Amino acid sequence: MSDPDASDDSASTSGDPAPASDPPESVTAALVEAARESDLGLVVGTLLAVYAAATLLTFTDGLNSVVGLLETLTFLGLVYALTALALNLQWGYTGLFNIGVAGFMAVGVYTMGMVVRSPDPAFGPPGLGLPLPVGVLAGMGMAALLGALAALPALRLKADYLAIVTLGLSEIIRLSLQSSAFDTFLRETIGAGTGGGRGMGMPDNPVRGLFLVDGQAGNPTALGDLVFGVFGTDGLGIAHPILIGWGYIAVLAGFLIGFYLLLERLGRSPFGRTMKAIREDELVANSLGKDVNLVKIKVFVIGCALMGLAGILWFGSQGNVSPTPQFRPLLTFYVFIAVIIGGSGSNTGSVLGGIVFAAVLFEGPRRVGGAVRGLIDAETPASFADAVASLDPVTFLAYATDNVAPLQFVFLGLVLVFIIHRRPEGILGDRIETAAAVDLSERPAGGESDE
Amino acid sequence: MSSDAPDPIDDADANGAADPRDAGAADTVAAADGPDDEPEANDSAVEEAAKRTPSTVPLRVEGLVKRFGGVTAVDGASFEVESGSLTGLIGPNGAGKSTTFNCITGVHEPTAGTVYFEGEDITGLRPHQIARKGLVRTFQIARELSEMTVLENLMLAPQGQLGESAIRAVTPGLRGAVVEEETALRERAWETLEFFEIDHLAHEHAGNLSGGQRKLLEMARALMTDPEMVLLDEPLAGVNPTLEEKLLDRIHDLRADGYTFLLVEHDMDVIMNNCERVIVMHQGSVLAEGTGDEIRNDERVIEAYLGEDL
Repeated sequence: MSDPDASDDSASTSGDPAPASDPPESVTAALVEAARESDLGLVVGTLLAVYAAATLLTFTDGLNSVVGLLETLTFLGLVYALTALALNLQWGYTGLFNIGVAGFMAVGVYTMGMVVRSPDPAFGPPGLGLPLPVGVLAGMGMAALLGALAALPALRLKADYLAIVTLGLSEIIRLSLQSSAFDTFLRETIGAGTGGGRGMGMPDNPVRGLFLVDGQAGNPTALGDLVFGVFGTDGLGIAHPILIGWGYIAVLAGFLIGFYLLLERLGRSPFGRTMKAIREDELVANSLGKDVNLVKIKVFVIGCALMGLAGILWFGSQGNVSPTPQFRPLLTFYVFIAVIIGGSGSNTGSVLGGIVFAAVLFEGPRRVGGAVRGLIDAETPASFADAVASLDPVTFLAYATDNVAPLQFVFLGLVLVFIIHRRPEGILGDRIETAAAVDLSERPAGGESDE
Repeated sequence: MSSDAPDPIDDADANGAADPRDAGAADTVAAADGPDDEPEANDSAVEEAAKRTPSTVPLRVEGLVKRFGGVTAVDGASFEVESGSLTGLIGPNGAGKSTTFNCITGVHEPTAGTVYFEGEDITGLRPHQIARKGLVRTFQIARELSEMTVLENLMLAPQGQLGESAIRAVTPGLRGAVVEEETALRERAWETLEFFEIDHLAHEHAGNLSGGQRKLLEMARALMTDPEMVLLDEPLAGVNPTLEEKLLDRIHDLRADGYTFLLVEHDMDVIMNNCERVIVMHQGSVLAEGTGDEIRNDERVIEAYLGEDL
């Protein structure tokens, strides 16, 4: 990461690019600094804005609710950002229209569960009883393998048809995981089951073990003692599960940085150039001697492995997974919205889009609706007709805030229409994302002074 | 990889050394293929082909047929292009010129017939395989990569870049070599841009270029692949006269450097004034072949063009 971001961006934030007479090393370094600060600044700034709004909404309920809401929002923001980054590699960079995100996430988390769960559990399906890191790698590997399979039609199909195939694949995965026949078949052949429609319990989160001995509540470790003493019921009065949740958020943030660095490096390289060229015009890439099919397979494999890992980090920490509420295609569309909001093709945009989507569009309306409902002193009418017939705006508002969940989709649709209409490139999509391992913004004098 | 696109002295030498036609023709072909090609699975086939085709003929098309359903677009076209020449390919609309191009470059698979490049049978290979052998094309309607900058367009083209491997591009220890290669590549891209006088557009998104600038970009991009031969599909269509002259100057400069060109063009004057050899296609097959003067006086050609003033 020794190169600054797009020249335009840096130029617009830091004034004119320095004249050529300046020593290039310092100019490059200054640009790197400016670009880094602005990217990180954007993400942190967005998070802080979300935190401020959330605090305003809940501060009357006490510190515990505020920290709890912040924890929920940050968790959702991070997991959406992780998934959006993986999708951005496939769709944003390479133009591969993969609508099977939920399926690849399900494969990742289910494989992990089946590999790690005890062979003889108290309840639920048996597993192979292997260590957690093995399970995580197996989950990524299985998602990557399915990604490679899904890539085979991608070699022949144009965008819309690939979308149909991947959507179908994701539904096949979900329905297979739900089927008890498939569960029985797996138990008999490899000795590990899926649990069918009832799902399976996830292995203990190792982060919990950092705070609590054997994950038992009321038996804290030394670190747990310290943290709970300062922030917990003995200190600031924050519930312990929320504190453990923040511990897990630190892990997610680490993975997010890893994802980001990996994908930025991949994008800023000749491989990234080829990906972009495939998105722009496959025939040109082919005519310039690029093996388009091979690159597509690689992109599918890498992206799906990351989706598998994102699935593990997201749903693997939720106690229990089951195929149907969690891995419906709706999840895929949410991730797409996150990428669209951020601006497809931009990694920083995907992170921002994930956070904004989770906080503002996904959790926001529910929370705001709930808070507003709490302020209204009126009975909720039984039906929409009654609410309209009352001709009382307060009663109408009471009805609306009580039924905010369906209204949320209306809101989501409006935002999407607005973005596509007014700003189709997303929050950050107007930037030039350099596709080279070296700085392209200035021609180096003589070519030896740079880097 | 030569570090200097518009000056392929090595290629010219390789072709010059191949002049004694019989002695070690196969060896020369193998040498000209260069180290960045995939190893040939079947050497004897190459040698076989090399015996029949003198290596001074980089491109030879034999009995090419392409049918789309009931329509025969190309019907037994046969011709060859000499090394270091600027050969023109003309014909009325629907004569099969573009389809011939697409069959040569692997976009279409020919129904029948054979295409030899540098003595090697390349019929039915995929487009990227053909490009890697050093036979590169441009497109009739410029196909710039519009959301990439001009510089990125050029840096995409070179063959066998280290960083095209995803692992090399991301692994900390291995990325150093990629950055080094990219630095050299960037310089070469700048030189090529200067040669085509579009260096002031380097940071522009290719989609913002004018039609003529896109044609220049296409040719610059094709040259960045370090080709042996370039197929130009109507490079002057929609280009103003000043730019047309500039483009033709560049083509002549590059030909003097040893590149071989096959040029499809509608403008008779351009073909007659610039190409030393002209191939005329009509109704899917080759109607006539020869110098500009020979073609100008060929009865059949005049008839095919319905008495158009050549």
